[in-house]
Amino acid sequence: MNSPAIQTCGLNYHFGDQKVIENLSLEVNRGSIYGFLGPNGAGKTTTIKILLNLLKSPKDTVFVFGRDMNTYRTANLKKIGALVEQPAIYAHMTGKENLLNRCMLLGLSKNKASEILELVGLGAAAHKKTGQYSLGMKQRLGIGLALLPDPELLLLDEPTNGLDPNGIIEIRSLMIELATKHEKTILVSSHLLSEIEKTATHVGIINKGQLLFQGTIEDLHLLNKPVLTIELNNTQAAAQLLSREGYHIEETKADQLTLEYSSAEQSSQINSLLVQNGFNVSSLHPIRKALEELFLDITKTNN
Amino acid sequence: MFSLYISLRSEFYKSRKTLAFWASILLPLIICGLVAFGTISTQERILKMHLNAETLWMYFCSGALNPMGLLILPFYVIFMAFSVNNIEHRNDTWKSLFSQPLNRFSIYAAKYLYALILVFICLSLFLLLTWGFGNLIPFVAPKLRFQDYSPIELLSKIYFKLFLSAFGILSLQFIFSLLWADFLKPMGIGFIGIIAGLITASKGWEYAYLIPYSHPSLVLSSKGKEGFQLFTTEIYASLAYALVLFIAGYFILSKKSIK
Repeated sequence: MNSPAIQTCGLNYHFGDQKVIENLSLEVNRGSIYGFLGPNGAGKTTTIKILLNLLKSPKDTVFVFGRDMNTYRTANLKKIGALVEQPAIYAHMTGKENLLNRCMLLGLSKNKASEILELVGLGAAAHKKTGQYSLGMKQRLGIGLALLPDPELLLLDEPTNGLDPNGIIEIRSLMIELATKHEKTILVSSHLLSEIEKTATHVGIINKGQLLFQGTIEDLHLLNKPVLTIELNNTQAAAQLLSREGYHIEETKADQLTLEYSSAEQSSQINSLLVQNGFNVSSLHPIRKALEELFLDITKTNN
Repeated sequence: MFSLYISLRSEFYKSRKTLAFWASILLPLIICGLVAFGTISTQERILKMHLNAETLWMYFCSGALNPMGLLILPFYVIFMAFSVNNIEHRNDTWKSLFSQPLNRFSIYAAKYLYALILVFICLSLFLLLTWGFGNLIPFVAPKLRFQDYSPIELLSKIYFKLFLSAFGILSLQFIFSLLWADFLKPMGIGFIGIIAGLITASKGWEYAYLIPYSHPSLVLSSKGKEGFQLFTTEIYASLAYALVLFIAGYFILSKKSIK
C-alpha cells in the first residue's frame, strides 16, 4: 500500500555500446511532485521511456505503485498519463479529434474531451487542425492527452517547452493543484532548476545517466552552504591567517576572499580577527549561491 | 479481444480523412467509371464484334480486372501497408500508442487487420461497381445486352481470389513499413518485387508462386483455365507467407524499443 509511485532498482540502459542510464535508483513518493533535473542528454527522456515500457528494461528493475513494469505493463499503464518529448498528436486531425481518438482507446466518455480542452485552454481551437497549432498549443494538447484518463501518476517530459510565461504559470498551478487537491503523483523533467523549484516537493538530479542527488527541495537547500565575500588588502596573508584559525577558504583573489561561514556571529568574529591583525576590511558580503549554480556544481561532479 | 476492437475503431477514426482510406473508395469508382465510359463511347466497335452477353461481360470486366490484378492491386496493397503505419511514423505517435494500456498484439493486429479491411473494401467495390455499371450501361446503350447474363458469381470468386492473393504482399510490405519510416525503401522494394512478379508470372516460371508479388498475376493468368479453382498453389503460398510474416512482424515489434 505504501510502496512508492515509482521505484527503479539499479537500472542500467544501453544504446548499442553507449551506456545511457547507469545504476539509477529513483524513488518517487506518492502524492509528490518530483522534479527530474538534468542537462540535455542526461538520460531524463530515456528514463521516462523506460518507465513507460517503451524501452525495454530487465525484469524487477522498474516498479510502478509496487508492481513490476514488465509483468504488469497494462495494469501499470492504466494508472499513468504521459507527455514524452514533443507531444505526439495527429496533425491531420483537430485538437478535439485527437482527444476523442484517445477517449476511444481508453474507453472514456466523449464529454471528457471537451472538459480537457477547456482545462488546457484550447476550447476555442478545438476544431482547428493540430498541424496548424503553435508549439505552445501542441504542448497544451499533449498535457491534455496525458490528463485525459485522470491518471494517478503523471510523467511530464519538459511540459513547459514552448509555452509563454502565462502558459508556464498555468501549468505550474495545474501541477500543484493536481498534487495537492487530487493527490496525484507527478514526475516532471526539466533542464532548469529554477523551473522545478517553484513546484517540486522532491528533486532528482541526473547527469550522464547517473543520479547525482535525490531528496526533498529542503535537502537541496541544505547543500547550498552560504559563503562570505570579504574585500580587503593583502588577501594572501589574510587567507593564511584565516586558514590557521580553521576557516575554509574557497577562493582568493587580489582584493577579495571567499570563505564558507555559518552564521552572522561568525561573520562578525572573522571581521574582528582581520581588523585586530591589521588588515583593512572594506566590505563583507554574505552570499548564498543561486540554486542554478548549485545544480551546475552538482552536475559538474561527474563531467 | 476488446483491445483489438477499440484499436481497430481507432484506426478507422484516425484514417477516415486520409488519402489511404479514400483511395479504397475512389480508386474503384474512377477505374470502373472510366471502363464504363470507354465501353459506352466505343459501343459501335463492340457491337461489330457480335459478342454474346457472357463474352460481352468478360470483355467489359477485363477492362478493370486486368490492370487491377497486374499493377493496381500490388501497388495499392503496398501503399496501404505503408499508409497504415506511416500515420504513426509521420506524427511520431508510436510512443503514445504503445504507452496506452493496450496490449501490443492488439495494436499490431488492428493495424494489419485494418489494412486487410481496406483492401477488401476496395476489391468489393471493384466487384460491385463493375457489376453495377455493367447493368446500368443498357440504359444508355440499349444495344449492349448486358442484362442477358449475370457474371456476379464468377466475378465474386475472382475478386475474392485476388483478395487472398494480396495477403502475401500485404504481410511483407507491412513489416517493411513497420521498420522504415520513409516511403522510398518499402516502395522501392515493392516496385522491384512487382516487376519480378510480373516477369516470372508472365514467363510461366514454375516457381513464380514463391514470389508474393506474382500472386495476383498468377490468379489472373489462371482464371480461364480448367474451370475456377479457389485454392491454387499461389493462394496457399500467399496465405502461408501471410501467416509466417504476421507472426514474424509481431515478434519484431514485441522486441522493438520505441525510440
